[in-house]
Amino acid sequence: MAVAEFDVPEMKDDIEVPKVREGTMSHVKSFLAPKPVQDFMGYPHELGEDWKERAIDKMGDLLGKYRSLKVFLDACVHCGACTDKCHYFLGTADPKNMPVARQDLMRQVYRRYFTTPGKLFPKLVGAKDLTKEILDDWYSYYHQCSECRRCSVFCPYGIDTAEITMAGREILNHVGMGQKYSNEILGKVQKIGNNLGLPGPALLDTLEGLEEDIEADTGVPVKMPIDVKGAEVLLITPSADFFSEPHVESLIGYAKVFHAAGISWTLSTHAAEAGNFGLFNGNYETMRKVAMRIRDAALELGVKRIVVGECGHAWRVAYSFWNTLTGIGYGGNDPFSIELQKQLDPAYPQPQHICELTNDLIKSGKVKVDPSLNDDLVVTYHDSCNVARASRMGTEPGGQFTIPRELIKSVVNNYHDMADDTIREATFCCGGGGGVLTDDLMEVRVKGALPRATALNNVVKENQVNFLALICAICKAQFTKVLPKYGFDMSMVGGVHQLVSKAIKLDVPPQAD
Amino acid sequence: MSTVTMIYAGMFYIATLLLVVGLVYKIFDYSRTPAPLLIPTTPAPTTQKGVVYRMAKEVVLFESLFKSNKWIWAFGWLFHFGLFLVLARHLRYFTQPVWFWVDIVQPFGKYASIMMVLGLAGLLARRFVVDRVRYISTPSDYLMLVLLLGIGLSGMLMTFVAHTDIISLKEFIMGLMYFDVQPVPQDPILLAHLAMVALLMAIFPISKLLHAPGLFFSPTRNQADNPREHRHVAAWAARLDQNN
Repeated sequence: MAVAEFDVPEMKDDIEVPKVREGTMSHVKSFLAPKPVQDFMGYPHELGEDWKERAIDKMGDLLGKYRSLKVFLDACVHCGACTDKCHYFLGTADPKNMPVARQDLMRQVYRRYFTTPGKLFPKLVGAKDLTKEILDDWYSYYHQCSECRRCSVFCPYGIDTAEITMAGREILNHVGMGQKYSNEILGKVQKIGNNLGLPGPALLDTLEGLEEDIEADTGVPVKMPIDVKGAEVLLITPSADFFSEPHVESLIGYAKVFHAAGISWTLSTHAAEAGNFGLFNGNYETMRKVAMRIRDAALELGVKRIVVGECGHAWRVAYSFWNTLTGIGYGGNDPFSIELQKQLDPAYPQPQHICELTNDLIKSGKVKVDPSLNDDLVVTYHDSCNVARASRMGTEPGGQFTIPRELIKSVVNNYHDMADDTIREATFCCGGGGGVLTDDLMEVRVKGALPRATALNNVVKENQVNFLALICAICKAQFTKVLPKYGFDMSMVGGVHQLVSKAIKLDVPPQAD
Repeated sequence: MSTVTMIYAGMFYIATLLLVVGLVYKIFDYSRTPAPLLIPTTPAPTTQKGVVYRMAKEVVLFESLFKSNKWIWAFGWLFHFGLFLVLARHLRYFTQPVWFWVDIVQPFGKYASIMMVLGLAGLLARRFVVDRVRYISTPSDYLMLVLLLGIGLSGMLMTFVAHTDIISLKEFIMGLMYFDVQPVPQDPILLAHLAMVALLMAIFPISKLLHAPGLFFSPTRNQADNPREHRHVAAWAARLDQNN
């Protein structure tokens, strides 16, 4: 199936709020998940006779399980504070991409079936019967949201559209309209152990190849151990790090850091994936099942620390949810969490972000770096949405902003931030997060990247920035594909640990002969 | 007792009942609904004390709205703070003797009505002028502002232009409070003012006015950011742990 042609939006000097143009993105429809994919997930693959009842029932079920959904559907006053905050609205001008309007797609139905005024005076409060047309709108626009939470920063009640999008996708799944991309990946990660569906032997082969490459390159036998029982650290990293460019450069960086610090570490074939697309679909049990692989691997390998590689939504799930879902963390006093806690080393946060680990090692002098090795680069840093607005690093609020920057500045000499209203908590999503990183949504991805591309363009022009540092596998994949449409070179995109990898000083062992 | 008095007394009893029962039910409903995952919008405070401070800034200063849009913030804050002072001033109709601080607030409360009405007018204007806000506005969004403007303007008329018999009004209200109904003053402006207030009270728990209690239950604002240190599990989710 061919994807429709579209125009790449024009990059202006500043990020501009467009005039509303209705329906510009209503044609977008991500591929539907076919029968085998839906079967595996336990969802129907087509609308049955009773789809409407199923949808309303599911909505009622979610309203009883999630306070966020219930409060957020009630509390909105249509003030308009969020209307110009979504990168998809800024890039498409489609009003249904304004956060409040995206929420209203569900709120209109909620009001009709679950509130008194909506039952009595639907027109007055904008309540509507659930129709196939509305369901199609849900499918279209809940897959034009990357669940980046930028709107929730600016909402006076903290309404997070991501929560509504997740609920919307969950309901769609239950009536038989699953998204092919996300559900296929959820199948692969549960059946094979990673999102790319790479079998164990292929992984071993790749790691061996990488070890040879590093040794040829540096003369140092840096290892990439996998399934090593009794290692100190279990590294959980997105599977893209094993096979994709520029991701793999960061994997090499992590390996060099562990090597230089003398920390024994291992990967796991069973848990060769940090990503957890269960988050995107708002299904707690799926997200839990996917996260349980990490707990299982940690218990089986007997590791003392769990470290997470460069991946935005994975870090959200790891940092914010792993303790809840799987007991990876501290403070649990039930047998389930104690079983793992007593194995973990309390001297370290669990889980720990690779940037926290590397930054500590460099600051304490355990790992030596020479930033001048990156002097060909002028670097800027993109705060990934899930790291920025849904997690933390270090002990202080905002550590998720300062620690990666500290780390970057310790390995490069030339660094410039992008404009203040486009970084930190106000960062713009790359445009490909939250289950949108698929070719059938390319128009959404390209247009949604407009605000970030604009901000990047400004530091390229003013500060000669030539490297965009990232800590997210989705950001890396999205930017390498999409930034060239705005005239940037795809090689300017890479991981923070790609920079570390270049600057790190390794002790070359004396030659035997 | 005149028919008008009976209607108004009945109206206020029903409106108060709807307001109290509706709000109590909603607050009960929000508190019994679990929040299974920690989803504070970060950076977030790491302690409960920090959460109270963050919430106080949201409630008193509308901090997030300030970050978002200075116009909405200015109009919204003028309206809400004006309304707060006006309401405080109105306590003198409900207390005998009048609490000392209500006397202090009295003159401010009088002029705060101007803030309130200006804020409301600004918010209403935005619904017509800004295309994005126009797109999302439903009839009830306009009517809610019109209702509040009606209340504010009728109140100002009685304060600044055509004074009403506030002695009798206070007797009517105190009578309602002690279930000893006294005649309501038959001033058309006052009757309109009271009817609109009763309507506002009645629809409070079933309308978007729920943003007031809702804010306190918003997980993105009221949760501490401490997931690595504390295990947070909802009751329905904890059952999943048993099966492992």
